[in-house]
Amino acid sequence: MPRLTVRRLLVVGATSRIAHETCRRFAAEGASFVLAARDPAKLDAVAADLLAHGAALAEPFLLDATDYDRHPALLDAAVAHLGRIDAVLVAHGLLPDQAKAERSVEAMRYAFEVNATSVLALLTPVAAYFEAERRGLIAVLSSVAGDRGRRENYVYGAAKAAVTRFLEGLRVRLAPAGVTVLTVKPGPVKTPMTAHLEQGVLFAEPEDVADRIYAAMTRGRDIVHTPSWWRPIMGVLRNLPERVFKRLGL
Amino acid sequence: MAPADLLSKNYASWGRYPVACPAAVERLAWRDALPDLGASERPVLAYGQGRSYGDACLNSGGVLLDTDGLDRLIAFDRVTGRVRAEAGVTLAKLLDVLVPAGWFLPVTPGTKFVSLGGAIANDVHGKNHHIAGTFGRFVTAMELVRSDGQRLLLTPSGEHDDLFRATIGGLGLTGLITWAEFQAIPIPSDQIAVTRTRFRSLPEFLALAGAAADQPYTVAWIDALSPAGRGLFMQGHHAPGGLPAPSRFRQKLAAPFDVPSGTLNALTVRAFNAVYYHAQRRDVARSQTHYEPFFYPLDAVGNWNRIYGRRGFLQYQCVVPFADGVAVTEALLAAISAAGAASFLAVLKTFGDVPSPGLLSFPRPGITLALDLPHRGPETLALVRRLNAIAIEAGGALYPAKDAVMSPAQFRASYPDWEAFGAHVDPKFSSSFWRRVTASES
Repeated sequence: MPRLTVRRLLVVGATSRIAHETCRRFAAEGASFVLAARDPAKLDAVAADLLAHGAALAEPFLLDATDYDRHPALLDAAVAHLGRIDAVLVAHGLLPDQAKAERSVEAMRYAFEVNATSVLALLTPVAAYFEAERRGLIAVLSSVAGDRGRRENYVYGAAKAAVTRFLEGLRVRLAPAGVTVLTVKPGPVKTPMTAHLEQGVLFAEPEDVADRIYAAMTRGRDIVHTPSWWRPIMGVLRNLPERVFKRLGL
Repeated sequence: MAPADLLSKNYASWGRYPVACPAAVERLAWRDALPDLGASERPVLAYGQGRSYGDACLNSGGVLLDTDGLDRLIAFDRVTGRVRAEAGVTLAKLLDVLVPAGWFLPVTPGTKFVSLGGAIANDVHGKNHHIAGTFGRFVTAMELVRSDGQRLLLTPSGEHDDLFRATIGGLGLTGLITWAEFQAIPIPSDQIAVTRTRFRSLPEFLALAGAAADQPYTVAWIDALSPAGRGLFMQGHHAPGGLPAPSRFRQKLAAPFDVPSGTLNALTVRAFNAVYYHAQRRDVARSQTHYEPFFYPLDAVGNWNRIYGRRGFLQYQCVVPFADGVAVTEALLAAISAAGAASFLAVLKTFGDVPSPGLLSFPRPGITLALDLPHRGPETLALVRRLNAIAIEAGGALYPAKDAVMSPAQFRASYPDWEAFGAHVDPKFSSSFWRRVTASES
């Protein structure tokens, strides 16, 4: 598979640990970035870090991903700063409190909106942009949690399932235009998002996850599991009959 | 803060002795969103990579502030070599960025897996101490957060210069270092030109060190089981040549499990040391090598501390004044030899007279000896106490970053500025080490 040239990136959710760590690898090669996130102080910290790592440009863009009206403005700003966009990396999200989301419709809806609806909304103008360009890469952080609904986190999982399925269709649609769509499926990672959880041996280091994402992005892959052993594990879990899965109590 | 945290990450020291569990761990992720340190009822202490060997990085029953998430660079001027970074960034990550741009750490310890904050808090030294002094000399600014909420800008000659001097080598006790700025040194390549010379005695070592005083880097491996002090003297300098492309170093080897205690005995170590000494056929050998094996020979083996088994090991490092230096070092080696304590190659180096800026800095002019002692129980502790007594009596000092044993009296005798330093200790900060060496002795 031909190596993709990824020098100009738009990153949404740029202050996420995984996105930032991935961007460092492109920064070391002198890439340019437009970085979108909600918190200005965190965004500045990430931009400064990428510049120090060798980025040619790291332009912050304040964005709440659920502010749908601002999505076209973000894309315009990215094109204005970068000239053209080689890749869009979408990494924003939140890990909802499952118990709370079971009691509160509002909490459930907000979790779904941030993790799914805002991602799909954002991908709508992004897909149109790349379709017209007839080139480019769309990389989105989904999750292995989207492959099976689990007792512990099915609200989060359902949103990620929507993202995964959406990307599947988008991949088929954009393939004739020469646009790559990469679905990233991390298992749990040691990041601030999961800092409150009991982090067992299944938790991966953000550096290792970023290495895999970087490799998948530059090689034009369709789906990448991080770490790689999630692929066979999820293969088994996905194919367990519902009767059996139910009894596992996972 | 969950107790589960204590299971997922091992908040131990590198020597795994002593064992001291914190009551809680607070993971820091952003400089601008720190917890209220003043609100803590327990003493707090920053914890970076846990590469201190003894208990200087431990806080038994207290709160550890895990700085792993504070690993961002803030600014790197590729023209002047000025680097500003968050305190939790490791020297390894700094090197990944610095070296391809033609810059290097001004001073580096024997592992690159320490945090920037830890390097400052222990005012680390390296193979260039005789010329460059300690890391603290190259720190141009840093931010210190005190438990009363103050965020202070510390510089060598600014408003808080006294607190700057206390924080350099201050073992993390003066507050939380959130970021620091230092001056890197220019390098022509990532290669080191090395000359290795065999020596058969300590006076021979001193003569070699004296002759190489103008060389940037000098260090010696000695066979700690040979009382005469035979070994290899190494000197090096940055060699001309090209710089590498930016890359991310990946650890290749690792000791994935604990080696059964007892694998390392006097016999295996004796054999290993003899092989090492005789590996080079000529008395003098010249070569060129990448900087990694020269500065960080053990980093290639991740978790090398595990070769000492579950009981861990004691790391020992002292410095003794040049006057009587040979006799005192010989006495130390004789004590180790007599105890039959197996040690892999020990490290011998001369410290120069470039003063350290820190009130509590360890390096001072003299001969410094560093070695690992597998922990075998009371006999090992007794041996270390014996070594400590010899070094202190000779007017020497022990390195807090590697110490787990020294007594309050020995600490006071060798760190005369400890009381002046104590005035700068943040009331909410403490460590197992600090409580140990400031305890009143009956």
